[in-house]
Amino acid sequence: MTDDATFVQPESFAFSAENGEAVKTILAKYPDGWKESSVMPLLDLAQRQHDGWLPRAAMDHIAEMLGMAPIRVYEVATFYTMYNLKPIGRHHVQVCTNLPCWLNGSDGVVSACKRKLDIEFGETTEDGEFTLSEMECLGACVNAPMMQIDDDYYEDLDSVTTEAILDELRAGGTPKTGSQAGRHTCEPAGGLSSLEHQTELRSKAVGGS
Amino acid sequence: MLKDKDRIFTNLYGLESPGLDGAKKRGDWDGTKKLLALGREEIIDRVKASGLRGRGGAGFSTGMKWSFMPKEASERPHYLVINGDEGEPGTCKDREIFRGDPHKLVEGALIASFAMGANAAYCYIRGEFFREAEELQRAVDEAYADGLIGPDACGSGYPFDFFIHLGAGAYICGEESALIESLEGKKGQPRLKPPFPANVGLYGCPTTVNNVESIAVVPAILRRGAEWFGGLGKPNNTGTKLFNVSGHVNQPCTVEEEMGIPLKELIETHAGGVRGGWDNLLAVIPGGSSVPVLTKSMCETADMDFDSLKELRSGLGTAAVIVMDQSTDIVRAIARLSRFYMHESCGQCTPCREGTGWMWRMMERLVTGEAEIEQIDLLEEVTRQVEGHTICALGDAAAWPIQGLIRSFRPEIERRITDRKSGATEAA
Repeated sequence: MTDDATFVQPESFAFSAENGEAVKTILAKYPDGWKESSVMPLLDLAQRQHDGWLPRAAMDHIAEMLGMAPIRVYEVATFYTMYNLKPIGRHHVQVCTNLPCWLNGSDGVVSACKRKLDIEFGETTEDGEFTLSEMECLGACVNAPMMQIDDDYYEDLDSVTTEAILDELRAGGTPKTGSQAGRHTCEPAGGLSSLEHQTELRSKAVGGS
Repeated sequence: MLKDKDRIFTNLYGLESPGLDGAKKRGDWDGTKKLLALGREEIIDRVKASGLRGRGGAGFSTGMKWSFMPKEASERPHYLVINGDEGEPGTCKDREIFRGDPHKLVEGALIASFAMGANAAYCYIRGEFFREAEELQRAVDEAYADGLIGPDACGSGYPFDFFIHLGAGAYICGEESALIESLEGKKGQPRLKPPFPANVGLYGCPTTVNNVESIAVVPAILRRGAEWFGGLGKPNNTGTKLFNVSGHVNQPCTVEEEMGIPLKELIETHAGGVRGGWDNLLAVIPGGSSVPVLTKSMCETADMDFDSLKELRSGLGTAAVIVMDQSTDIVRAIARLSRFYMHESCGQCTPCREGTGWMWRMMERLVTGEAEIEQIDLLEEVTRQVEGHTICALGDAAAWPIQGLIRSFRPEIERRITDRKSGATEAA
C-alpha cells in the first residue's frame, strides 16, 4: 500500500481540542525550562491522533511548541522504533522473534501471520487493515511466543490462535488479550507452585482449569 | 523453597486487585509515615544492612548507591529515576510489578526519594508496556487521591510527586545515562562517566537510577527488618528475587524465590521441569541474554545468585532463565542474540556500531559452518576488541554470549565447519 514514494505528507498538523488537555497534562510533568522532555509523549500523542503515523508537519509543530530545532525532533523520531514515519495499517501486528519466543515456536506464529495476511514483514495489506513487523524482545518471555497488536499483548500463541485473533480483528471484533492458552498471567500453567492460597482465585480467573 | 510468608510480591499473578484496597490488604502503605520518621540516614543504613543488591542486572548495593547522593540540600533538586525499560531478552519481571503490585513501587519510590532528598520520581517504562503503564498510573492516581503522595505525602509534611514517562522502543534506554538522555527529550545515547548521575544526572541534578524491583522491595525491607531480608538467600546475595523461567520447560513462569536457589530446583519446582526431562537439557542462559550460557553439567550444581554464577563465568543479570533442550540449535540461538545487539546498538561508539554487525554476520556463518576453524578464534578476538572499549555495557553484552558459546560449545561449532567441508569434498 505504501511505497515511500507514494504517500502524501499533510501540509499542516495541529492537536485536536480533545488532545489539548492531554498536551497540558504532559507538559506539566516536567520542570520549568525542560520542555524538551515532553517531546516523546507528544510525538506519541500526535501519532495516535494521526492514524498511527507521524507526518513531518506534526514533528515541526511539536518542535515549535517546545522551542526545539526541528532537527532535534527528527533525531528523536528516527531513533526510536515506535514512531512510524510513514502510513501504517489500521492494526500493527508485531511478532517477537527473539530467543525465548523462537524457542517456543515464534516461527509458527510468523508463518501464520504471513499466510493469513498474505504479506511479508514490513508490508501492509492491500485493504490497509494490517501492517506486519518483526520485533525484538517485548518483555513477556514466560508467555512466549507472543505478539503485540496495537497496544495489546497476545501471549502463549500457536498458529491456530494467531489466525483466530487476526480473523476476529478483521471482522471488527476485539479478541481476548493476554494468554491464549488458559493462563491468567505468568503463573505456571499447571497450577500455582507458590501463593497457593490463591489457587481458588486462579480457578475462577481461568474458568476452572 | 521460599515460604509464602516470606514472599514480597503477593499479587505476582494479578489474582487479587492491584488497586489501593487490595494493596492495603496486602500490607502496603501500612504506617508509611512512621517509616519516613526513621529519617534519611537510618533508612539508607537499613537498606544497606539488608544487603539488597540492585535487581536490574549489575547487582550493586542499593543502599550504597543511595548514599552517594549529596547529603546537603542545594539549589539543585534531587531526583529518583526508576528504570522500567525492561527489555533484556528473557526478562519480564517488572511487568508483573506494574500490573500486579504497582503500589509497592509507588510506596517504595516515596521512601527511596525521601531517603535521598528527592521530591520527584520519574518512572521510565518501555513504550510497549502501554497497558502496564496504565495500571501503574491508576495506582499513582489512587495514591494522590488518598494523600499518600502529593504535597503532604502520608501526612509526613514531605512533598513528593511521581511521574510516568513512556519510552518508544529503544533497548539502550535501559542503560541509566541513556535513559536520562531520553527523559530529557533526546536520542537515548549513553553519557560518558564521570560525572556520575549522583552528581550530574537528570537536568544536571543529583540523580539515582534504580531498577523497578529494587525500589518495590524497599517497603518490605523496612517493615520487616533488614535482618529478615538479610537472613534470606546467602551472604552477600541476600533476599528474595523474581525469576523468569522461559524456553524449553513444561511450565514457563515468573516466580519469587530465595536468592541462591539451585537452578535445578527452580526449574523443577516451579517451571514443571525441562521439556522431556532433566537429561534432555542442553544449556541454560541464567540471567538474561547478555550473560554467558551454562552447559548442562554446570547447571547440575549452579546456584542462582550473583556470586555463584560469577564463579561459573556467567552472571545472575536480571535472573531471566532461558532454558534450551537438546533439540536447540545452540549456535543459531546465540546468533539470534547477536542480531538483537546489532539492532539495538545506538551507534555512538565505533567498536559497538561496527562490531555488533560484524559479530552477527560471522555468527550466521558459524550457524551453517561456512567458515574456517581459525575464524572461531578471530571472532573470539573481535569480541575482546569490543568488550570494554565502549561508553556503555552494550558492547560487553554483545560480546559475552559469543564468548560463552565458544568456551562451552566449540566442538559443535567446529563440527559444522568440518561437516560442511567434507560435504563439499564429497559433492565434488
